[in-house]
Amino acid sequence: MNLAIETRGLNHYFGQQHVVNDLSLQVPPGSIYGFLGPNGAGKTTTIKILLNLLQVPRDKVFIFGKDLTTHRIESLARLGSLVEQPAIYSHLTGRENMYNRCLLLGIRRERAEDMLQLVGLSDAARKKAGKYSLGMKQRLGIGLALLSDPELLLLDEPTNGLDPNGIIEIRNLLIKLATEHGKTILVSSHLLAEIERTATHVGIINKGRLLFQGTIGDLQQLSKPVVEIDTNPPSRALEILQEAGFAPQLTEQKLTIPYRSPEDHAEANRLLVAAGLAVYAIHPMRKDLEHLFLDITKNN
Amino acid sequence: MRSLYISLTSEFYKSRKSLAFWAAIVLPLLICGLIAFGYFNASERILKAKLPPMALWGQYSSQALAVMGMLILPFYVIFMAFSVNNIEHKNDTWKTLFSLPLHKLSVYSAKLVYAMLLVFICLGLFLILTFAFGHLLHLLIPAYRFDLYDPLMLLSQYYLKLFLASMGILSFQFVLSLIWGDFLKPMGIGFVGTIAGIICANVHWKYAYLIPFSHPTLAMRLGSMRKSPDEGIDIMTREIWVSLAYMAVFFIAGYFVLSKRNIK
Repeated sequence: MNLAIETRGLNHYFGQQHVVNDLSLQVPPGSIYGFLGPNGAGKTTTIKILLNLLQVPRDKVFIFGKDLTTHRIESLARLGSLVEQPAIYSHLTGRENMYNRCLLLGIRRERAEDMLQLVGLSDAARKKAGKYSLGMKQRLGIGLALLSDPELLLLDEPTNGLDPNGIIEIRNLLIKLATEHGKTILVSSHLLAEIERTATHVGIINKGRLLFQGTIGDLQQLSKPVVEIDTNPPSRALEILQEAGFAPQLTEQKLTIPYRSPEDHAEANRLLVAAGLAVYAIHPMRKDLEHLFLDITKNN
Repeated sequence: MRSLYISLTSEFYKSRKSLAFWAAIVLPLLICGLIAFGYFNASERILKAKLPPMALWGQYSSQALAVMGMLILPFYVIFMAFSVNNIEHKNDTWKTLFSLPLHKLSVYSAKLVYAMLLVFICLGLFLILTFAFGHLLHLLIPAYRFDLYDPLMLLSQYYLKLFLASMGILSFQFVLSLIWGDFLKPMGIGFVGTIAGIICANVHWKYAYLIPFSHPTLAMRLGSMRKSPDEGIDIMTREIWVSLAYMAVFFIAGYFVLSKRNIK
């Protein structure tokens, strides 16, 4: 089976700067591929390459098995995208922006109304897009990307500027598009938690290099959660938990033990209380992106 | 061809509310309206000269032609070339245009063709309004006798020649506006070029025909008139051929720049 997106040892330079370094992405069809990395890691550059906005040599980028450089129109016809800030004409209304895209794609205007409704902009459709808030612009950008009902969606940080409700709506929309409509979605983000909630597959990029690629399960294996215990004194707690075999760690007055099960940290709590220590809080913590990068880099 | 057609339709759709589009209509309306108003107000003084109808038409229509050919047309063309590209620069929409399943050549050509259409519409309106206001003046002041001579053929030839003479500037400025998103660089170069072009044409520099900015001024010279006004003017003079040659060269150069360019 052809991959929806495949890059083979892709490199890209801006002047002397090596922004994409030997990148080999493999995005299976029907997946939500979380493309994760800090700002400036090369995510947007990669997405622009996938849209043929940046020049690449032949035999490096394949969309549904076809070389992008030799099948540009055919590949782009199967794609919908939102790159960086949504590209919209500020002097046109939201509806006119949709109609203009309908013209360019040869789509009936009724479809524009459906998309406006889907992204919750029907009521603001007559307002000039330049007067939209960042969140509304983002919604309009997502609506425009979905207009042609593409098989593959490339969304660059689509939840930027959205309020919590908007983020949840977009997250649910992505899941619905993938599960019910069989779309393949590549969504970039710098937030691990965001990707974990939606993605089926993950690629982690830093300084242009792909550090990790696999299923969300594979990532969770790497991103081992810990339980943070807020207690006093932490040094005494460290001794108690060490004796009980919890493998605790104390860094900067923060005591952590590896997460195994809720029963396990209830037991740790019981031990500390029994020893007369004050326990103020116990909560499981996921590693943040920075720590995950460190782990992945170490493993590589 | 389908890509070109839909790109062209989209150019019209997105610019129909912009200054660039309305300038093509308002500019001739304003200039021709002002000239007609002047002829209406100063009719007594003008009629004292007792010019025959053909000379009167010549005097009246040359007001718009001279202003347009000498000064306004080059600046108008520079502004048009800037506007059709600026709509994408300003909204950061080049990335959208080139990530749609459309041929790059069609998107690019549609923009240039649209700019040409706007210039054509503007000059066409100058022709129509000059003619219509002339007859309106005759209706209001019958002593003018604008009905005794038909200037339409001669006027059409002059405006067509002006249109062709502006193609060199349009294509040159179009490439500049494509490369640079800011207002100052293409407009600054265009401004200096226009002044230099007018000077070179007016001092009869022998190589002025090679400067695109000189072409409208050169095209308006009476030297291109044939034996009699009834025979019209020579449209395809040397500077017009050079203007069209520039258009072909800059069109290819612009597409080459665009196709090799990274859309950041």
